[in-house]
Amino acid sequence: MDWMPILVFLGFVGAVLGMSFYFARKARSAAGYYAAGGTIHWSVNGIAFAGDYLSAASFLGICGMIATAGYDGFLYSIGYLAGWIVALFVVAEPMKRLGKYTFTDALDSTFNSKGIQLAAAISTLVVSIFYLIPQMVGAGVLVTPLLGLPHAIGVIIVGGIVIVIVATAGMTSTTYVQFLKGGLLVVFSTIIVVAVLIRGFSAEPDQGGKVPFHKYASIAATEVDGTLVPEDPTVKVLGVKDIPKIATLVKTLHGDKTTWFKKDVVDGRIVLQECQYEAHGAGGAVYVNGAEKSETNVLRQAGSLIKLEGSTVIEEKSVGPFEFLAKLGSPDTQVKIWKSVKFEHDGEKVAVYYPSITAGNKIMKPGTKFKVEGTPLEKLDFVSLMLALFLGTAALPHILIRYYTVPTPAAARKSTIVAIAAIGFFYVLTLYMGLGAMVNEVVNPADNNMSAPLLARSFGMLLFAIISAIAFATVLGTVSGLIVAASGAVAHDLMDRFGGMNLTDNKKVLAGKISAIVVGIIAIILGIIFQGVNVSFLVGLAFAVAASANLPSIVMLLFWKKTTYQGIVASIAVGIVSSIGIILFSPTMYELYGRLPTEAPIPFANPGIFSIPASFLTLVIVSLLTQKKGGTAQA
Amino acid sequence: MFHEPAAKQDRDPASGYKTRLGVWMFLFYALVYAGFVAINLISPKAMESVVFSGLNLAVVYGFGLIVLALIMALIYNGFCVREERRLAAHDGEV
Repeated sequence: MDWMPILVFLGFVGAVLGMSFYFARKARSAAGYYAAGGTIHWSVNGIAFAGDYLSAASFLGICGMIATAGYDGFLYSIGYLAGWIVALFVVAEPMKRLGKYTFTDALDSTFNSKGIQLAAAISTLVVSIFYLIPQMVGAGVLVTPLLGLPHAIGVIIVGGIVIVIVATAGMTSTTYVQFLKGGLLVVFSTIIVVAVLIRGFSAEPDQGGKVPFHKYASIAATEVDGTLVPEDPTVKVLGVKDIPKIATLVKTLHGDKTTWFKKDVVDGRIVLQECQYEAHGAGGAVYVNGAEKSETNVLRQAGSLIKLEGSTVIEEKSVGPFEFLAKLGSPDTQVKIWKSVKFEHDGEKVAVYYPSITAGNKIMKPGTKFKVEGTPLEKLDFVSLMLALFLGTAALPHILIRYYTVPTPAAARKSTIVAIAAIGFFYVLTLYMGLGAMVNEVVNPADNNMSAPLLARSFGMLLFAIISAIAFATVLGTVSGLIVAASGAVAHDLMDRFGGMNLTDNKKVLAGKISAIVVGIIAIILGIIFQGVNVSFLVGLAFAVAASANLPSIVMLLFWKKTTYQGIVASIAVGIVSSIGIILFSPTMYELYGRLPTEAPIPFANPGIFSIPASFLTLVIVSLLTQKKGGTAQA
Repeated sequence: MFHEPAAKQDRDPASGYKTRLGVWMFLFYALVYAGFVAINLISPKAMESVVFSGLNLAVVYGFGLIVLALIMALIYNGFCVREERRLAAHDGEV
């Protein structure tokens, strides 16, 4: 075991916990616990915004998705950043003017309605928990290669540390943790990108000489009377698995080694391309690439260039940032990316990871994952995603509560601008980190979430250790912010205001801390259940729920004088139910349920295109119907 | 007492101006963002075309949206600060 990454990791965690205990003395009042006393400087808050926002989804999920799907992963970067425009131009200052500790305060500022208090608090809880899931999944993903611990243990460690942080010091320590982590993340991501550009391109990437490049076998074959016959007589076909619209896979035996191949047709001839696989036998034995799974026999990291601008001789050092993207985007560039398919064969549960050779011009534009050239439904799914990303940011509870940590509306505005600068710069870096992972043979084919840290490892253990520790702090910080938001919803909105418990300042802080522990435990459980799902995809869903449940109320409250409290309550309810309803019956969730994605009754994954307009429409209709009964907004 | 901000607020006479400006700037950015989505849907192949320094439209438009956000944010802040100062000076005169 390499101790350096562990020591760096423990050093980071120790520093974060030390900071929490140091700031604990500032969290004795409710204002200190929930809003850091409203005393944070706008520049610190701006970087802390970046720390809050650049969560596991951004660093792990986006880079992972770019590493396996190219530009489609970068769509998340574009959408996430664009969302800050809504936050800055529409929400930042009014939220600061209207609220005290929570998003519910702002919504309820002119009505004092029990209905709004309940609905907005539930919405905050639901969105926070949806957003917590990918953070916890990211935590598990990080700990496995860093400390050699199982996913579940990683999730439990993060959950435990975060509960300590939040229960100790609330928003003040969360802010400084985010500030530190946000700054370090941007600095060290820049270092990785510079290293990627200096390394350049290679046909046989070997991680700086540390990991020998594996040449995958390619065997010619013919079809005789419907039977596949490899030209190499020592290779025997054991079975064929045809998965319609995805791949035809061939199980072979060579000597005593079993291998899965993908059947391709190249220039009219059948070619079998070597795959990787993991098979779970009935007796519990697990096999990887023909041998029993062990510490040394695991799936190989993957992703490499086949051709660069038409040439198979690839050895280019020190490329410029534009040159890097231009060369990769050439139609004559070919990249070997890896896809996966799971099925049962001869009583074994098999996951096959197969190569897919894709042209550079396809990698560098949308379409690999989101089918912009596909059916109308697939196009709708793309629009739905982009809409949710654009509108979701300004409705995320852990982002909204950060507006209460600064002293004035002008400081709220300025901190948002600092956030846009830091986050925008980082998102440009994600394209380079993702593509760098894609062509440097560092992508774990079973879980692309680790692509950026593994890319860092290819440059040395110290960089890997620092990046992993920062990524871990990223998860810690975001989870802390989310748990503060969720505990505020329970203790301040539900118990104190909705429940009319009239808690004293001290009891409100205590209630917040107990809530933080409960929400933390729920997050741990969900983080274990959702292992293996791309974290950025999961965050995209959280955005859709936030944009559907919260944004229509915020916007209409600010800009439509006829808004009533009944309209707000109905809008939040419709937003939550419609967005979660669509997600639960989507192909992605069906895959998680262990069923085929094609069985899902709703054929797309992103609900925003339906649930956001539905929520707006509900607010307008209900508000118009309740003009005489309810009070209206004093916009 | 529960609606009071965590920090004491001063009156902000520029809030109306800032809200109107924010809405117009939001609409402008939303239009540019919608253009990106629309090109992808209507003419996805156009995203492959090289437009600048070997970079295709997808990369240039994507980076452009990020840079535009920052530029607009700075412009917005500049106008807001100017208006806040102007109104503060006006208040001082009265």
